[in-house]
Amino acid sequence: MLLSLAPVQAVGRGALRSVAAVGRAGYMGMEAARALRKVGFWAPHLLGQMRRIGVESVPIALFIATFTGIVLALQASYTFTGAVPLYFVGTLVGKTMIMELGPVLTGLALSGRVGANIAAELGTMRVTEQIDALETLAYDPVAYLVVPRILAGAVMFPMVIILANAVGVLAGWGTALSLLDMSSPEFLRGLRLYFDPWDVQFSIIKSVTFGITVTAVGCFFGFHTRGGAYGVGKATTRTVVVSSMIILVLDAFWAAVLL
Amino acid sequence: MSIELVDLHKGFGGDDILRGFSLTIPEGQTTSVIGGSGSGKSVMLKHIVGLLRPDVGDVWVDGENVARLDQESVYRVRRKVGYVFQFAALFDSMTIAENVGLGLKRMEGYTSAKIADRVRECLDRVNLSGFESRLPAELSGGQRKRAGLARAIATEPKYILYDEPTTGLDPVTTAVIDELIMRMADELGVTGVVVTHDMNSAFRVSDRVAMLYDGRVRFEGTPDEIRASEDPIVRGFIEGRPELMESVL
Repeated sequence: MLLSLAPVQAVGRGALRSVAAVGRAGYMGMEAARALRKVGFWAPHLLGQMRRIGVESVPIALFIATFTGIVLALQASYTFTGAVPLYFVGTLVGKTMIMELGPVLTGLALSGRVGANIAAELGTMRVTEQIDALETLAYDPVAYLVVPRILAGAVMFPMVIILANAVGVLAGWGTALSLLDMSSPEFLRGLRLYFDPWDVQFSIIKSVTFGITVTAVGCFFGFHTRGGAYGVGKATTRTVVVSSMIILVLDAFWAAVLL
Repeated sequence: MSIELVDLHKGFGGDDILRGFSLTIPEGQTTSVIGGSGSGKSVMLKHIVGLLRPDVGDVWVDGENVARLDQESVYRVRRKVGYVFQFAALFDSMTIAENVGLGLKRMEGYTSAKIADRVRECLDRVNLSGFESRLPAELSGGQRKRAGLARAIATEPKYILYDEPTTGLDPVTTAVIDELIMRMADELGVTGVVVTHDMNSAFRVSDRVAMLYDGRVRFEGTPDEIRASEDPIVRGFIEGRPELMESVL
């Protein structure tokens, strides 16, 4: 009888843990919102975090964008052969890069680079009592550690993603010229055909929410790390998994709400 | 005014760690709290600065109940307390000088020059002059503990809490740390609370010793009184004879 209840108990415990985690996340969100007014704690660290989260992410974002642009152009040409005018390659590269692949692929890559980095750093600070030490020195750790990271994510993700979008489109253009026997006017004609400035705004809105998601999830798991090196590893993995999942859900959400 | 812990209860995940712990820390003295590993000594210490809140009970620091204060008021209490962590808890991305000066940046009237002077003074006090620009990773375990102590005294606290200050140190370094704890009490007049299971260290630095056992204070008195105790639990612990403790279980 006891054995047969074990799976139910396990599910129940898992559900309780999840509810508790959601509660902790909500509480931390409130704390972070309240800590915004403590400008003296977070302002001195904002530029440094913008550099770490944004500027240092540019190479990986551009690498991904370049190859995404190339593949998009080649696959579009392959798909359109004989059926659709080739200048639509420009349309597809532009639309797909700006509205979908630029934000989502960059967001997913940065959940690994930025989110994991934040979780590992704060997790190590937690298990080595550095966060407790901050508190004993009368520092608000949420204002000091969490707020500048989330603000930097909200500001820098859109910038990195806009850059990635541009480089992706340029890579697609270059591919069209060099490998697809297209001319620049042809590619640009397709690019302009269905271009709407709203597409860029849509991309920016998504990017801001991705930036907040990746940094907030990293801060949350890092802040609640328990159990030494094993705990830090677990927090890092969870950050990448959870923030990637939320990015994909947000991607669908914004498409449903804004398009 | 001093520190008073009253009927403290604290549990984690169904395990009761503190079960009615009460202790008064006399002002101007050094009190050691001894007890086995996992007995709740560090948990007790964290209640004093509000890093943990009790399930039941009160924690009075200079007439303010830390257990009931809002966060901003807790910060005010923390400015009176220096905390020396078991593994120093130095910020590894900062130099030793930045670590020691961090608390001073939160205090009024401290310019950069004044902070630098105070940092030098504190490092000199713990015999770490010249280590200002080093990173914590470049220091030995004993040096890190001394840097942690320098950080704790930088804000001129009224109380210093030491969490296992000599754990993992060799006998010579342990003696150096003990000497520093005694100097802090004598020269700065601070009230000290030392959590330790190092009996030699506890007897050397303490004016009073309290033994934490089964979530409560089992014994409280001077080092001489605890040495003379007939309680088999106390004797078993300070003499390292588990058979004495087991005889009453």
